[in-house]
Amino acid sequence: MAVISYIEAVTQALKEEMERDEDVFVMGEDVGKRGGVFQATKGLYEEFGEKRVIDTPLAESAIVGVGIGAAMYGLRPVAEMQFSDFMLPAANQIISEAAKTRYRSNNDWTVPLTIRAPYGGGVHGGLYHSQSMEAIFANVPGLKIVMPSTPYDVKGLLKASIRSNDPVIFFEHKRAYRLIKGEVPEGDYTLPIGKADIKREGNDVTVISYGLAVHFALQAAEKLAESGISTHILDLRTVYPLDREAVVNAAKKTGKVLLVTEDNKEGSVMSEVAATIAENCLFDLDAPIRRLAAPDAPSMPYAAPLEKQFLLSSEKLEQAIRDLAEY
Amino acid sequence: MQNRHHALGFSDQDVLNMYEIMLETRRFDERLWLLNRSGKIPFVVSGQGQEAAQVGAAFALNKEKDYVAPYYRDYGFVLAWGMTLREMMLNNFAKAEDPNSAGRQMPGHFSYRKLRMLTHSSPVTTQNPHAVGVALAAKLKGDDIVSFVTFGEGSSNQGDFHEACNFAGVHKLPVIFLCENNHYAISVGLKHQLSCEHVSDRAKGYGMFGKTFDGNDPLAAYAAVKEAADRAHRGEGPSLLEANFYRLTPHTSDDNDMTYRTKAEVDEAKKHDGVLTFAAYLRELNILTADKEKEMEERIKKEIDDATDYAEKAPFADQDSVLRYVYEERD
Repeated sequence: MAVISYIEAVTQALKEEMERDEDVFVMGEDVGKRGGVFQATKGLYEEFGEKRVIDTPLAESAIVGVGIGAAMYGLRPVAEMQFSDFMLPAANQIISEAAKTRYRSNNDWTVPLTIRAPYGGGVHGGLYHSQSMEAIFANVPGLKIVMPSTPYDVKGLLKASIRSNDPVIFFEHKRAYRLIKGEVPEGDYTLPIGKADIKREGNDVTVISYGLAVHFALQAAEKLAESGISTHILDLRTVYPLDREAVVNAAKKTGKVLLVTEDNKEGSVMSEVAATIAENCLFDLDAPIRRLAAPDAPSMPYAAPLEKQFLLSSEKLEQAIRDLAEY
Repeated sequence: MQNRHHALGFSDQDVLNMYEIMLETRRFDERLWLLNRSGKIPFVVSGQGQEAAQVGAAFALNKEKDYVAPYYRDYGFVLAWGMTLREMMLNNFAKAEDPNSAGRQMPGHFSYRKLRMLTHSSPVTTQNPHAVGVALAAKLKGDDIVSFVTFGEGSSNQGDFHEACNFAGVHKLPVIFLCENNHYAISVGLKHQLSCEHVSDRAKGYGMFGKTFDGNDPLAAYAAVKEAADRAHRGEGPSLLEANFYRLTPHTSDDNDMTYRTKAEVDEAKKHDGVLTFAAYLRELNILTADKEKEMEERIKKEIDDATDYAEKAPFADQDSVLRYVYEERD
């Protein structure tokens, strides 16, 4: 099996889906000749032409809104938000329109639209190229929010998103793009949206996370194993709707749960995970639920030491897991 | 009076049909207010004063192929497009059989896939980018269609209006943007909404064709929309049209328009009401005779009575259905 990067998995999924189904097309800012500012759509313009790889005007609400219209016509658009931080002008189209179209038309109209958006910090992006935006959309029934951690999951879940008959927001961690590599089958496969995945089996402490933080957890778990601490790691993969069964099972497995997100702590996806555990696992817990997240400051600063202060790391996770193990 | 419809290719019977739909819409709308004031339906959003342009526009489009995204005052348009009075009444009674949303949305939030009528929401002008997306998709598939969308003049200040127009202009898409300028955005009059003379003046900024016409005249509406449709089919891109007329009713059944405009102003506007002026035109040409008018009114009343009766007796959707169709349901 070939080892490819996280972003190569994005490109491969797009390419394969466009080859497989002529109704799939890509649209967004700089996705054409430039191949995307991160190169996620590299080579697609050359292979599929300007009709199916569309450089749009710089206007996020139109990128999503036009995508919705094309999806209602029966196509499968993949709309790129250049940075998830720039999604907010499109929030009304996502929340009021894409998410509610099936419901409000009583199943008459559907929006098979995928919205790809790079998120996350650690790339010296400052306040507006670093944010995690999932919590804004993670209480909107009608949407699905996918946030994969590995190249294998990226490819399988992006393909599933494009084939989904409901709107999907597909958040890609931009620091993972080139940092994370992994084995990915060359052929076609999909992974189920809405299903979490156990990334490491363990008995002492459960870590529930998603995105790049999953890798910090895996690194921390390796270290902790040397001290005899066994870590169980659940990767949510889809943060909305949550795989509540997997969350409850993972919490019960060890009775000690650390919830990790790069997003601001208050009202994050992990707040809902914590509530789910609290509702279902009262007599199974051996310690209070703990959360490790970004501080409740607006967003991560540009200056390197300030950014580092804001970000998660394997060291921070290792400490938090150790504390919980010793509780 | 000069015959103006023959030059547009309409027979006398055609314009009589056009008028009948306008009148049907007006009588339907008046019935909604009665039903609201008698406590039978909770809410009315009205299109009185806008029927002429709506019906004229529908006649200029291809009912078998084109996609439409009408806004919440477009009763005249949707009736001319093929929604039945019964369906419109089911919509106002919010009953399960309502094809627009089965009672999920407020009235006037039209949607009907069978008629290629897009669903729309209450935040205004969100449908404009959707209409552009339809046109983009059709162009990708090589389908020769027109995508038609309506909105108010207040809505023409929204970002989505601008983004949609610009996108359609850049990609030269077959979209017709029709602004229904009724001179009021709830309580705020035109001069506090726009500083340009016509909404259609904005077309130039998007590199598209723009035209303002008398919205009280269905023939003027037909001619303008036909011209825009012909341009779209020839690959000349989108058009921004503006129908000028006056909102004869309050914004909705929950509004009191006498708090921001005068009765004298409304009475003056009523003299130009398209339903009345078009009837006068048809009478002058002896196309609408007293007998025909009487026959028409009786038929319409009966149909509205039947529709009301049916909709009132029809069941609401099952309460458990609130959980249906959030996502695709598979067996």
